[in-house]
Amino acid sequence: MNEQKTSRWSESFAGRLLSGLRFPGAGLVKGLAVTARNFVGSYFEKDRLLTELYPEQRPRLPENSRSFPFLIYDGNDPEAGMRCVSCKICEKECPPQCIYIVQDRDAAGKALKRPRVFNIDISVCMSCQICVEVCPFESIRMDQVFEASSYDRFGSLVLTKRDLLKSNEYYHGIHPTEAAETDARIEADRKKKEAAAAAKAAKAAETAKAAAEKKEAPAA
Amino acid sequence: MSEFLETAPVWLKDWVLGLLAGFGVPGWILDLVAAGMVVGTCIGIFLGLFALMSVMERKILARCQNRYGPNRVGPFGLFQPVADGIKMITKEDIVPAAADRVVHFLAPVVMMVPALLVLAILPYGRDLVPVQLDAGILYFFAVGAGTEVAVFMAGWSSNNKYSVIGAMRAIAQMISYEMPLVIAALTAAMVSGSLAPQAIVEAQGPAGFLPGWYVFTPWGFVAALIFYTCALAESNRCPFDLPEGESELVAGHLTEYSGFKYATFFMAEYIGMFAICGLFVTLFLGGWQAPLPALGFVPSWVWFFAKVCAVAGSMVWVRATLPRLRIDHMLGFAWKFLLPMGFVTFLAAACWHYAGRGPAGWLASLAIVGAAYVALSANFSRRFSLERRVYQFSE
Repeated sequence: MNEQKTSRWSESFAGRLLSGLRFPGAGLVKGLAVTARNFVGSYFEKDRLLTELYPEQRPRLPENSRSFPFLIYDGNDPEAGMRCVSCKICEKECPPQCIYIVQDRDAAGKALKRPRVFNIDISVCMSCQICVEVCPFESIRMDQVFEASSYDRFGSLVLTKRDLLKSNEYYHGIHPTEAAETDARIEADRKKKEAAAAAKAAKAAETAKAAAEKKEAPAA
Repeated sequence: MSEFLETAPVWLKDWVLGLLAGFGVPGWILDLVAAGMVVGTCIGIFLGLFALMSVMERKILARCQNRYGPNRVGPFGLFQPVADGIKMITKEDIVPAAADRVVHFLAPVVMMVPALLVLAILPYGRDLVPVQLDAGILYFFAVGAGTEVAVFMAGWSSNNKYSVIGAMRAIAQMISYEMPLVIAALTAAMVSGSLAPQAIVEAQGPAGFLPGWYVFTPWGFVAALIFYTCALAESNRCPFDLPEGESELVAGHLTEYSGFKYATFFMAEYIGMFAICGLFVTLFLGGWQAPLPALGFVPSWVWFFAKVCAVAGSMVWVRATLPRLRIDHMLGFAWKFLLPMGFVTFLAAACWHYAGRGPAGWLASLAIVGAAYVALSANFSRRFSLERRVYQFSE
């Protein structure tokens, strides 16, 4: 019941009549009037019933709510667009140690910049978000799933890479503000890197040119 | 049509008996079948009402608190009692190691017996009284007192402090409220000049075009309120549910009960509540009489059950409204207010009768109960002033 509605009732004729009752036992009558008003009102005023009928009405989660971490990929292919480079910082920082990463290697045994195994045991995860804060590659973020219960204590509560990888669009869907900031940061980083690379290339070209001129000079 | 519906239950019984007699069934078996049909119908109807009440109570309570209430099992949650029943029956039946096993087992049974026995004397319709007793009201209270024994059996045999405290409270409450209850019932019996429920209902027949129910007289109104309050207390319902006050006593005498025994206690409590609602309707709300003579085409037993359901529904409304009382407040209310008020109402009813049951009697009884109400309630509306608390031992 909001403030406005309460005041409207207390100003109405019936409300004034009731609150004006002054006889022993008037409290009983007033109390019964309150419950009767709720009873009748709940059938006519829909805003009285605040209960969400859960499986049919999905709860609208606040943007900052979080449950368990997930991995972001760009583009359409989860494996190709995976941002994670298997740096293992999150694995080391995770307070309850629920992250397990194995780095991928090519046929020659050379380490690749992507994980082969990335598991998170959500029965251990405490949703602290430290992995998100330490990740330098904007790769791990907090999800909003809450229907994670299972019949099986160990197997299905360990999320593998395939369960964890979700698209950047999904991230924009659940945390729009945060995702926009992340994208802006990635874009800025990319531009900075490009500028640096261009500067470097220009400098290199200049040096090369200077060297060529120097080389040419004695010949001339 | 209405005449047929009115007599339909009796006609059905006679038809079955006639059919059996046609097959040459001996007379004593016919008597047994006749009794069995009446008993079976009564128990069936009240168990059905119990099932309906258990879900409607939760729905009404929820609506009074701006919630939906049970709405998952079946249409509008109406099959909730089935789910509840399956749950209750499949639960483990735990008997505490230190319990008195025999008494612990017997208590729910003993609780159920009086609840069913009192149904015998209620006049359900013009021709529908299972047992015509001249002292039916007396029988109701005498048998109904058996529930107190059952409650104490349950509390004592559980061998648990909460159970015993709950049972002690229940005994204190039931005995205290039995007094004003009986005195309020007595006013109706005195005015109608009979202890037979059927005669009391017939005495409340239509007066002209208005209903002649006792609740529409000053003394009857007050007696009905007293009876209603005491009925709440007798059936251990809010705001008098201290014996099972979960905030302080876990569940009182029900603490050590689980599974089907617990369900039996619940069933007995609800059937007892319906029985006392039935008596309330019989004594003050004109029993099976239609509210207006023009509505007489509806069968009398429909009126009876409609009134019982309305009274039971109002008990849920009260439950949704009032918080639980403190034990001394509750007992004080019974002894200091309801009991003297009951005596005064008794007096007012006598004045009403001797003043010719007309306007003079109306005014006289109104004056008497009004004066008594003001005088007695002065004790309760006194304001308490807060004083500095003095500690005897800590300073």
